[in-house]
Amino acid sequence: MDILNALVAFLNFVFIPAAAYGAQLALGALGVTLIYGILRFSNFAHGDTMAFGAAMTIFATWALQAIGVSIYPLPTALLALPFGIAATALLALGTDRVVYRYYRQKKSDPIILVMASVGVMFIMNGLTRVLIGVDEIRFDDGARFVIDVRSFREWTGLTEGLALRTTQLITLVVAVLVVWALFWFLNRTRSGKAMRAYSDNEDLALLSGIDPERVVRMTWIIAAALATIAGALYGLDKAFKPFNYFQILLPIFAAAIVGGLGSPIGAIAGGFIVAFSEVAITYPWKKVAEYLGFDTGSAMLQLMSTEYKFAVSFVILIVVLLFRPTGLFRGKAY
Amino acid sequence: MKRLLLASAATALLAGAAGAEDVKLGLHLGFTGPLESMAPNIAAGAEAAAKEVSDSGKLMDGSTVTTSRSDTTCTDAAASVAAAERQIADGVKVLVGGQCSGETIATLERVAIPNGVMMISPSATSPALSTIEDQGLFFRAAPSDARQGEVMAELAKAQGIESVAITYTNNDYGKGLADSFQAAFEAAGGTVTTSAAHDDGKADYSAEVAALAAAGGDALAVVGYVDQGGSGVTQGALDTGAFEKFIFPDGMIGEALVSRFGTGIEGSIGINPAAEGDGRAKFEELAAAAGFDPSSPYSAEAYDAAALILLSMQAAKSSDPAAAKDKVMEVANAPGEQILPGELAKGLELLAAGTDIDYVGASSVELVEPGESAGSFRETTIKDGKLEVVGFH
Repeated sequence: MDILNALVAFLNFVFIPAAAYGAQLALGALGVTLIYGILRFSNFAHGDTMAFGAAMTIFATWALQAIGVSIYPLPTALLALPFGIAATALLALGTDRVVYRYYRQKKSDPIILVMASVGVMFIMNGLTRVLIGVDEIRFDDGARFVIDVRSFREWTGLTEGLALRTTQLITLVVAVLVVWALFWFLNRTRSGKAMRAYSDNEDLALLSGIDPERVVRMTWIIAAALATIAGALYGLDKAFKPFNYFQILLPIFAAAIVGGLGSPIGAIAGGFIVAFSEVAITYPWKKVAEYLGFDTGSAMLQLMSTEYKFAVSFVILIVVLLFRPTGLFRGKAY
Repeated sequence: MKRLLLASAATALLAGAAGAEDVKLGLHLGFTGPLESMAPNIAAGAEAAAKEVSDSGKLMDGSTVTTSRSDTTCTDAAASVAAAERQIADGVKVLVGGQCSGETIATLERVAIPNGVMMISPSATSPALSTIEDQGLFFRAAPSDARQGEVMAELAKAQGIESVAITYTNNDYGKGLADSFQAAFEAAGGTVTTSAAHDDGKADYSAEVAALAAAGGDALAVVGYVDQGGSGVTQGALDTGAFEKFIFPDGMIGEALVSRFGTGIEGSIGINPAAEGDGRAKFEELAAAAGFDPSSPYSAEAYDAAALILLSMQAAKSSDPAAAKDKVMEVANAPGEQILPGELAKGLELLAAGTDIDYVGASSVELVEPGESAGSFRETTIKDGKLEVVGFH
């Protein structure tokens, strides 16, 4: 019984929250890594692309709710996602046409594209706020819990409760589906192979008749789709607030770099490593240890106080950069 | 020639002191940032007092009052200082503000003191402001958190809460209040299982909630902001079932709290500075007429802050803060005739006639040294998804 209590406490406070947060970071990091791998620059506007995508999804959700469409117990926002993706893809393609294409044709250094993306970030930042405002918006209209604490306790008779929010489950399921679809696309389809070829060697890809502009367009569309899905899932699970997407950029980049920039599998691993280390290293293990029969006295068994949770991701980042600069999964370096 | 210059300068000075003028009152509040949902009602409170005084025509031989708003952002000291400097450049000599403690300290030290500007804050509550070197220019209509912490501890003990976990927003306000609550609660025989900071505007609060849950306790004290991390941590604690009872101090009390959590926080304790009495009822009528929400935290204190500034000018017979600052305590405290909200014209008349007044105002103002409210607190509980007033302490 006590081992079960320890397990439930661990699941409830460490595993489930960290897994959902990890999936959100992983989806964001996939978009960053894709643009880095194919377009060869770190896109700082990715966080705000997520915010824009989520905002568009919210508008579509409101429209659907207004005409009475509902897929209860799932949130309506899932149905609205395609509209959000379409709007965000148009914005991304438009940005590429107006800003990035010029630098690409001039074969500018990656750092110039990075700086241009910082400018794009500020413009998108403002655009999202003008369109939807700065306030917190909650658009999760489905059932809130798959398992809630009270019924879990009654059902199992354990002292510890377990909560699994619908949005956490959806985040994990959608993340798995998206990752599977992305890998299938990159490895099995002609377009996907063209993208990988372009990423490996631009000149050779050109020689074999691959249209570079088409590859670029597809990259933006996929990145916009990933950003919208990540942004909308994050907003569903927490709450939509434009400012928070700017904050999440940091852990997303940490995840992408730890996994290896340019490596999709690395982005996923990186997302979970960052999320789990943030939660697990700052979690006081006292309760779990006591359930397992260890007497901890007054010690909390907490490695670090929660104020330092960001430091955790950065320590991992520095260690990786020192000992394995291309990331755990051998990313690229331009 | 020299004599002529002197004479005309002296005449100009005299004219300035006696004649009617336009007194510029700056409202320096956090219109954007973590407390942006409270700021409009705070500003409305101060504007109501300014309008009342201005319309009465009794301020210093018929002087008028013009208010101007500026944004402190609540968290960005540099932005607050820049906005306050703009107010000074526009001719403002007295400020109602700032709203948050950190920003208030910065504005006081870098703008108000160098320019000899008087500030009365409706809501900055950090204990640090009690000991600051303010050259007599700073007052607050709100009590220090040292007192709020004691009231929180008393109420928690009264409800049979023996152990608490504390989460506080990582700034002057959060740290100050969390420390004073912890000290008072431990002195009363309670146990604080943990006291940990959270940062506002973060992507995820799972780690904070997990740490608080592991520490455990009968209740969780959320010393944070309702528009920010305070709500994030509360949400996490509710979802994971870590805590069922919460203690919410002033930063969390507001419509946003109950509209977001509703019945989820049933039975939790809310505490914010507010007073009962005749003044309160009068203020509510006045607010209804002016069209703002009188129950919003600190709007009554803002009314009182603006009223105190203008009454002290009347008492000093000058809009110069250097003269008015010495009259604030005199106007605010006994002895004298009691002045309630809506009776500012009467107060101005009495002062003009040289009679002493005791401004009671909307929040039962009683200033103690060094120029801050002695503190009356309102206890609320959350019942059926609404804030319900239990009593005053």
